[in-house]
Amino acid sequence: MIELKDVRKNFGSLEVLKGVSLSVQKGEVLSVIGGSGSGKSTMLMCINGLEPIQGGQILVDGTDVHARGTDLNKLRQKIGIVFQQWNAFPHLTVLENVMLAPRKVLGKSKREAEEIAVKQLTHVGLGEKLKVYPSKLSGGQQQRMAIARALAMSPDYMLFDEVTSALDPQLVGEVLDTLKMLSEEGMTMILVTHEIRFARDVSDRVAFFHKGLIHEIGVPEQVIGRPQKPETIDFLKSVL
Amino acid sequence: MFETSLTWNDVLFLLQGAGTTLTITFWAVLGGTILGMLFGLIRATSPWWVNAPIGFVLDILRSVPLLIQFVLANSFKSILKLQVSAFTVGCVVLALYTAAYCAEIVRGGILAVPPTTRRAARSLGMTYTQDLTNIVFPMALRVALPSWIGLTLGVMKDTALVLWIGIVELLRASQVIVTRIQEPLFVLSIAGLIYFLMSFPIARLGARLEKRWREDD
Repeated sequence: MIELKDVRKNFGSLEVLKGVSLSVQKGEVLSVIGGSGSGKSTMLMCINGLEPIQGGQILVDGTDVHARGTDLNKLRQKIGIVFQQWNAFPHLTVLENVMLAPRKVLGKSKREAEEIAVKQLTHVGLGEKLKVYPSKLSGGQQQRMAIARALAMSPDYMLFDEVTSALDPQLVGEVLDTLKMLSEEGMTMILVTHEIRFARDVSDRVAFFHKGLIHEIGVPEQVIGRPQKPETIDFLKSVL
Repeated sequence: MFETSLTWNDVLFLLQGAGTTLTITFWAVLGGTILGMLFGLIRATSPWWVNAPIGFVLDILRSVPLLIQFVLANSFKSILKLQVSAFTVGCVVLALYTAAYCAEIVRGGILAVPPTTRRAARSLGMTYTQDLTNIVFPMALRVALPSWIGLTLGVMKDTALVLWIGIVELLRASQVIVTRIQEPLFVLSIAGLIYFLMSFPIARLGARLEKRWREDD
C-alpha cells in the first residue's frame, strides 16, 4: 500500500504540494488529473524519493520513504516509474536497455536478465525490436520500451507521469493499450494523465489536483461523471 | 633533375625525432587523459568550494603559453636540483597541460547527459556509482570523443615546443638538418609529411568510432 499523509513540498518559496493525503491499495488503479503545475508529477517523484519532501510522510508498504535510514535504491526496486520523456539509454540496444537494471541492481546473470527482458519487451509488443537502438524507434515504441524497462524489475507499484503527453497523437493509443493491459493484469498503478476518458475507463479511483491540493477523490463516475467542486467542473470543461 | 644533399642517415635522424615526438605525445596524452577524467568528474559533480580551486589551477595551466611552462618547469628542476631528465619534465608539463583541456572536455561531456536520463537510471534502483559507470560515462564518451581526438592531435604538434628545453624531437631534428644542408623547404616538407602520417591514423580512428556511434544513436 502507498500512503501519503499531509505531504508538503516546495521548490524554494514555491509551494507545490500543500498537504496531500491519499492511499492506494494493492491492485488499485488511481488516476490523478488536474491542470499543469498542480503538483501531480511532483507527487510521483516524491513517492519514490527522487524529490525530498518538506513535511508529512510517505509510506510504501509501511516503509517511510523519506526517513533517514531508508535505502532508497532498495525501495525503488519495487516502485517502477515511467516519465513523460521516455529517457531511453541511447547507447544501449532495446534489449540492453531493459537488461541493465536487472543485471546491475538485482544481480541477475546475463541469461536470466535476457530472459526477463525478452519477456517484458514481447509483453509490450516490442519482441521484434530487441537488437535495435532506441533512436530507430518511434516515440510510442520508446515509451513502451521504458515501460518494459520498469516492469523488468518486477515492481509491486507502477507510477506513470503523463506518459502520453510528449507523443504524437497517433502514437498515444498504443501506449494507452499497454497501460490498460497492465491494469487488467492487476498491477497497482498511479497514473498522472491528461487523458480524461482513458482515466475514466481504467481507474478504480480518480483524484483531481488543484494548486497543490486534492479537491476531489473518488470513483470515476463521481469525480469525472458528477463533479461537485467548481474547480473540478471548470477543469473538466476545459479538457473534455 | 632534382638534387638533394639529404642522406639516408638524415632521414633516419628525422624518424628518430618522430619517435621522440610520438613517445612524448603518448605519455602526455595518457597522463593528461587520466588526470583530465578525474578533474573533469570532480568539476562536473562537486560543490563550488572544491570546484573553484581546481578550476583556478586548470585555468592557469590553460592560459600560460606552453613554451613558458616548459622553460619555467625546466628551470625549477635545475634550481631544486631534481634528478629528472628534460624528457620527463617535457612529458609532465605537457601531461598537465593536456589534463587541463581534457578536464573541460570531460566536464562538458558529463553535463551533456540529460538529468532526466540519469533520473530514469536512479529510478530503476541504480546507485549513484552505477548510474555514473553505466549511463553517464558511456554517454559522455560519445559527446567528448571528437574534442578529445582534436586535443590529442593538438598535443602532438605542441610537443615541438620541447625543443626549447633541449630535447631533439621531429622539428628540432629537421632544424639541425636544415642548418647543415640548407634546404629548408625540402626538409620541412618531409617533417610536415611525417607529422601528417602520425596524425592521420588517429583522426581516422576517431572518425570511424564517431560514425559507428552515430549509426547506433
